[in-house]
Amino acid sequence: MELYSLTIHELRELLKKREVSALEVTKSYLERIKEVEPKIDALITITEDFALQKAKEADEKIKKGEDTALTGIPVIIKDNISTEGIKTTCSSKMLENYIPPYNATIVEKLLEEGVIILGKSNLDEFAMGSSTENSAFKTTKNPWDLSRVPGGSSGGSAAAIAADEAAFALGSDTGGSIRQPASLCGVVGMKPTYGLVSRYGLVAFASSLDQIGPFTKDVTDCAIVLNTIIGHDPKDSTSLKIDKPDYTSYLKEDIKGLRIGVAKEFFGEGIEEGVKETVQESIKVLQDLGAEIIDISIPYVEYALPAYYIIASAEASSNLARYDGIRYGHIAEKYEDLIDMYMVTRSEGFGKEVKRRIMLGTYALSSGYYDAYYKKALKVRTLIKNDFEKAFEKCDVIIGPTSPTVAFKIGERANDPLAMYLADIYTVSVNIAGLPGISIPCGLSDGLPVGLQIIGRHFDEGKILNVAYAFEQANKFNAKPQAIGGAR
Amino acid sequence: MKYEAVIGLEVHAELLTESKIFCSCTTKFGGEPNTHVCPVCLGLPGTLPILNKKVVEYAVRAGLALNCTIANFSKMDRKNYFYPDLPKAYQISQYDLPLCSNGYVEIEIDGQTKKIGIKRIHIEEDAGKLLHENTDGSLVDYNRAGVPLIEIVSEPDMSTPEEAYQYLTKLKSILEYTEVSDCKMQEGSLRVDTNVSVRPVGSTELGTKIELKNLNSFKAVQKALEYEIKRQIKVLEEGGTIVQETRRWNESKGITEPMRTKEEAHDYRYFPEPDLVPIIVTDEWKEEIRKSLPEMPHHKRERFIAEYGLPEYDAKIITSSKKMADFFEKCVLEYDSPKTVSNWLMGEFSRLMNETGKEIDEVPVTPQMLVKLLKLIDNGVISGSIAKTVFEEMFGTGKEPEVIVEEKGLKQIANENELREIIKKVIAENPKSVEDYKNGKEKAMGFLVGQVMKATKGKANPQLTNQILKEELSK
Repeated sequence: MELYSLTIHELRELLKKREVSALEVTKSYLERIKEVEPKIDALITITEDFALQKAKEADEKIKKGEDTALTGIPVIIKDNISTEGIKTTCSSKMLENYIPPYNATIVEKLLEEGVIILGKSNLDEFAMGSSTENSAFKTTKNPWDLSRVPGGSSGGSAAAIAADEAAFALGSDTGGSIRQPASLCGVVGMKPTYGLVSRYGLVAFASSLDQIGPFTKDVTDCAIVLNTIIGHDPKDSTSLKIDKPDYTSYLKEDIKGLRIGVAKEFFGEGIEEGVKETVQESIKVLQDLGAEIIDISIPYVEYALPAYYIIASAEASSNLARYDGIRYGHIAEKYEDLIDMYMVTRSEGFGKEVKRRIMLGTYALSSGYYDAYYKKALKVRTLIKNDFEKAFEKCDVIIGPTSPTVAFKIGERANDPLAMYLADIYTVSVNIAGLPGISIPCGLSDGLPVGLQIIGRHFDEGKILNVAYAFEQANKFNAKPQAIGGAR
Repeated sequence: MKYEAVIGLEVHAELLTESKIFCSCTTKFGGEPNTHVCPVCLGLPGTLPILNKKVVEYAVRAGLALNCTIANFSKMDRKNYFYPDLPKAYQISQYDLPLCSNGYVEIEIDGQTKKIGIKRIHIEEDAGKLLHENTDGSLVDYNRAGVPLIEIVSEPDMSTPEEAYQYLTKLKSILEYTEVSDCKMQEGSLRVDTNVSVRPVGSTELGTKIELKNLNSFKAVQKALEYEIKRQIKVLEEGGTIVQETRRWNESKGITEPMRTKEEAHDYRYFPEPDLVPIIVTDEWKEEIRKSLPEMPHHKRERFIAEYGLPEYDAKIITSSKKMADFFEKCVLEYDSPKTVSNWLMGEFSRLMNETGKEIDEVPVTPQMLVKLLKLIDNGVISGSIAKTVFEEMFGTGKEPEVIVEEKGLKQIANENELREIIKKVIAENPKSVEDYKNGKEKAMGFLVGQVMKATKGKANPQLTNQILKEELSK
């Protein structure tokens, strides 16, 4: 058993008992990264020196008895989360050499706990995409099958956890960017309630939908990380003031009498038979554990995808306007005047998908079209929120597949944006309603992982974790990605 | 055909908060370029704005002072456009739900009161400043980026440049009174744009409006409007049509010239700012702010007339600036002759302020110093005319009046013997005037007093001089 294959709570036990040092743990991961990175391409930046330095500091902390649940635990951070002194590229040529002068709040929190940052992970440029093929630098491979995508946009973080490159990772989820790659890579990924985790320092894609969340190897780790990363941030006006619960207290096997809603809309057209069967078996597992399965409907969910693409693109067109070559990032070498400088800089700096969404968003917000598109999308947003509220009168959580398919082949959808957008069909409505959702591995279909999505009410992460934990205990997911030599 | 103008004004005022609208950087004017900045006001990737509560409070203060309705619920919006001085390439402003609306300002035109409507007041962030002096292209200073502004949009209720001038003067005075802005046009803390159109008298339809920019003083507003109204009438009279456009005021040439046409107008793609939660102003908070409002200029004017017996003219001038009114009140607290204080403020004080272009709070003279000076006159230490010299020195150096009197030897000559010697000499030197006096020419007396003053450099005690002169002349 290698150190890098352990979970956070397993590592914690060893560190607490001083059976291993944070330095040993860190070195084990750095070795693992060197071994698998050439095949996976999950990382953009590896911060070896910084990690070793932090590991020594963590060992000091442990020695002094000042350690907490995450002291000495290695993490990989999606490269759209600001890290002081460490390149934060968003996988874009635009920010290829951008080094932020400040830390995201979440990074500050982790560093205070003594977490070891190993590196920054690859993503679809500015988090736009569902396959990590839109990165300007490299395409991350799915550890289960190197010819397949890891999902996206947090594909680098998901693949890194599946390949044991860190104990946990951070991603961001705007329309499914944590849950969908977690599903495709067979790891746990959670998108918390909008406003639960500070967005300060997360490079904005769509401000009203973005949320940072963890990738972990199991549900217990997810609860542990959540305990650290949540909380009101005075630097984020949309972060909410709530009492901080101890999420590990929800890790119970008992779900008797819990009402679980199954929406028929989540089993519609386009779902792969293997995915459908695996998820339906999972529902039976939960039923056997004593949960009450209730049929529900979220009728407006069919409009979620178009509404999402309008709102997200509109906000993105505005959020990405600051990349103009004036203050930082890429700047054109040759231009005629100011307007030309903007145009050449942005033409060169942004990739195809980013440009597509900027144009879509600009169009949706322009005068004469605002009412027809943006305003209508906001109305759909309200209807979807209402749908979920009604559904949650009948049930405590809603479950379904995370993704309609298992990991698809690299290049398969690269030239068909609409097919690509369908990858988020079961996840976007959760962002639109601001709800929390988790994806946990629930089995294999054709040797590839299938994700089970559990959605809860606002701030009901505890109940989601309860269901996820109960399922995990009853249905151990012991499969390992063989493509890179699963050592677990 | 006779034409009339329709004028509306948009005034941007920088608020006097200590920190910026969305971060804790200082709002102080000046400073080395890009030293009053942080990741938030530079709009670095990942940063988020946090609305400064004081900004809302100040805007509500201004709104209440301008008789506006204050919205209980409003929000911030994004106004998208590219320009190098705008760090995020969008300005956080307010679009369809401004904080304040439907107010008014009263101005006096030919003794008549006229109400000028205020359509809305909203809050927004300022942009940075482009510096073009550099030889290799332009540079940007973001110290001003994120300084809070209110934009006050009037109704098109003004019909002459004079009304626009009166409106601006009144608006400035109210903003100064509420202490929400220092309204210094030279530092850009007050900026004015105007919209103007003309139409045949009697017509109710509005003509095509022209926006005027680059107006850096109230006088410039007045002059630009005068020019523009004439220009538009001329175009119409010659059978032409007005094209909607933005024009700039060319101060040196005294003309307006085209800046951009409607076709080049921006599509700002406003939408609600997703990074900020809505602004809620409770009735309790509003009342608290209302109670903290100072006495407004017209109330103060009436009180000055009643309480200090000032003539209406004096009261109006003194209360036109809160700082002047405060100065006045501090003086009369220690000096029981309001009219004397008012005379000094309207006379020497205002003259020197106009000459130096200084505001009353930029002058080193304090109310205590002025009172001391007045008491020196009353006590016969210096004469009224010497006092003017002393005051000028005080104004320039900030020295205490008694120090100046001492240093320059300006004390009155009240020593009878000393003065008698001087008077005797004057009489001896001016036999013609002495004879005229003796022949009944009263004027000659004045001349002789003048000569005594001249010989003493104004230091002779006037009463004593008169008395001794008469004695000597009757000898």
